[in-house]
Amino acid sequence: MLELELVEISPKKVGIIPCNGEELPEGTLTRFACRKVLDKLKPSNTVTICLPLFIAGGKEEREFAQKFPTITVDGCDKQCSRINTERLSGKPRHSIVITDLLKEHGINAPGSARTLVDMDRQTVDLVAKEIAKKVDQILAE
Amino acid sequence: MVMPCSGIGKAYGEIGRQATYALMDDLCPDRVTTTCLAKLMIGDPDAVDLIKNNEVITVDGCAHDCARKNVESTGKKVDRAVRVISAFKQHRDLKPAGVLDLGEPGYKLVKILAQDLAQGIDCPVRKED
Repeated sequence: MLELELVEISPKKVGIIPCNGEELPEGTLTRFACRKVLDKLKPSNTVTICLPLFIAGGKEEREFAQKFPTITVDGCDKQCSRINTERLSGKPRHSIVITDLLKEHGINAPGSARTLVDMDRQTVDLVAKEIAKKVDQILAE
Repeated sequence: MVMPCSGIGKAYGEIGRQATYALMDDLCPDRVTTTCLAKLMIGDPDAVDLIKNNEVITVDGCAHDCARKNVESTGKKVDRAVRVISAFKQHRDLKPAGVLDLGEPGYKLVKILAQDLAQGIDCPVRKED
């Protein structure tokens, strides 16, 4: 007779690491888009870490990219999130740069880092969907 | 320089950022600026120069103190370090609605924090209305 063993399978988690750039509207986009992925689009499959915790935190935080396949989301081409993640934690699986993405879609950046208007919410959706697409790619691997 | 943390796990990070924007845009527009915390982590020369050549206040959402620790990693000692969680403890009725969408109570806390910061850096605080 066939014996079956029940094994609990935890869902695979993907780490999302936005730059959160406080100075730039594109940095604000990274925050809102990443929260949308974490809260609405892929809540069961995504986790995040505050990028500066790689310096302020300890060994556990620095092992983040070893524990999870990661996607970095940068507001500008300085790519602080990708560079710091690579340097302090591990190589990200995917890297998204908001300025490149907006250019590709012919969309203007928000006018303010402080407040997003209704039109910017559509841009948040676009960025969030792009992140979610990369999450799906990792989950399918 | 006012340097808020980059926290997006809880609302306290967003309260610190919004208080910083309120200082820059409304309360002390000629005296306060900020830069991306993450730029300090890559040693961006312009960001590091701004930090080293100005008074610096850090505004951290939680006890990890990421903003203060990242500023101090450049060799700069901060002039004032504030934790949003401490301000919240004095106004527990002002519970933010969400992590990034703070709602009315969250924005009241933003104003209180921004005014406290403005007084600390000798900015003329404008009365509301």
